[in-house]
Amino acid sequence: MSLFNLFDTAGSALHAQTIRLNTTSSNLANANSASSSNGDTYRARQPVFSAIVDQFATEEGAVKGVRVMGIVESQTPLRHEYQPGHPLADEEGYVFMPNVNVVEEMANMISASRSYQTNVEVMNTAKQMLMRTLSMGQ
Amino acid sequence: MPMNFDSILGPHEKALNMQAYRARILGANLANSDTPGYKARDLDFKAAMSEAETAGSIRSLVTTSKMHIQPEGYAFGAELLYRRPLQPSLDGNTVETQVEMAEFSENAMRYLTSLRIVGGRFNKMLSALRGE
Repeated sequence: MSLFNLFDTAGSALHAQTIRLNTTSSNLANANSASSSNGDTYRARQPVFSAIVDQFATEEGAVKGVRVMGIVESQTPLRHEYQPGHPLADEEGYVFMPNVNVVEEMANMISASRSYQTNVEVMNTAKQMLMRTLSMGQ
Repeated sequence: MPMNFDSILGPHEKALNMQAYRARILGANLANSDTPGYKARDLDFKAAMSEAETAGSIRSLVTTSKMHIQPEGYAFGAELLYRRPLQPSLDGNTVETQVEMAEFSENAMRYLTSLRIVGGRFNKMLSALRGE
């Protein structure tokens, strides 16, 4: 029954958007986590989305939803701040700050939240369609 | 008067099948609204419907073995098309949430309409059977 599959599709999107919200909140929480070396510093994380495509699809539909292929760390350079009073500062008084762009993260958060809402709406509509189908002829 | 389900339900049975299928395609588009490079797809409802009308039934390509592969993006005798975006985005994604949502809602309303008509015809048959 094809309408039931709509729940899987929308569900996969809800899952993906939840992961996106999770990475965003992690990035925002660590936006000011200073560190003394380049390797230890937190880097902004982003999920990579990819469509689940069924190669041998017929009437069942070609695309089945969305999945998170993985989470990548941002490659933009870290911020190098002069804070001589900081306990983690090196000999010259510099600390490494994460490469989290707070403005970008906020925009990401809003986008993820809107996409989540859209898919919840899809699920509600699918539920309504199924409920009406079940009560047909009554 | 001869009676069969095909003549009573008319095109609505096929329409329901296609609308349910189309809801899935549009749902997949909405699920992938943030996937880079994803191309939004849609079913040419008119072409699929006229194909079903002329063929007399919803058909897929005839296969004689389980190993035969059905062509991708081919449903109800009509090809799945790609949406032309109003404002193409930089990451190659052609899903425009407002367009897809509008199509999805419209499709759902059409589904419910077909459902109401089919339900009404069943009720008519019931009252004919009861002879009330």
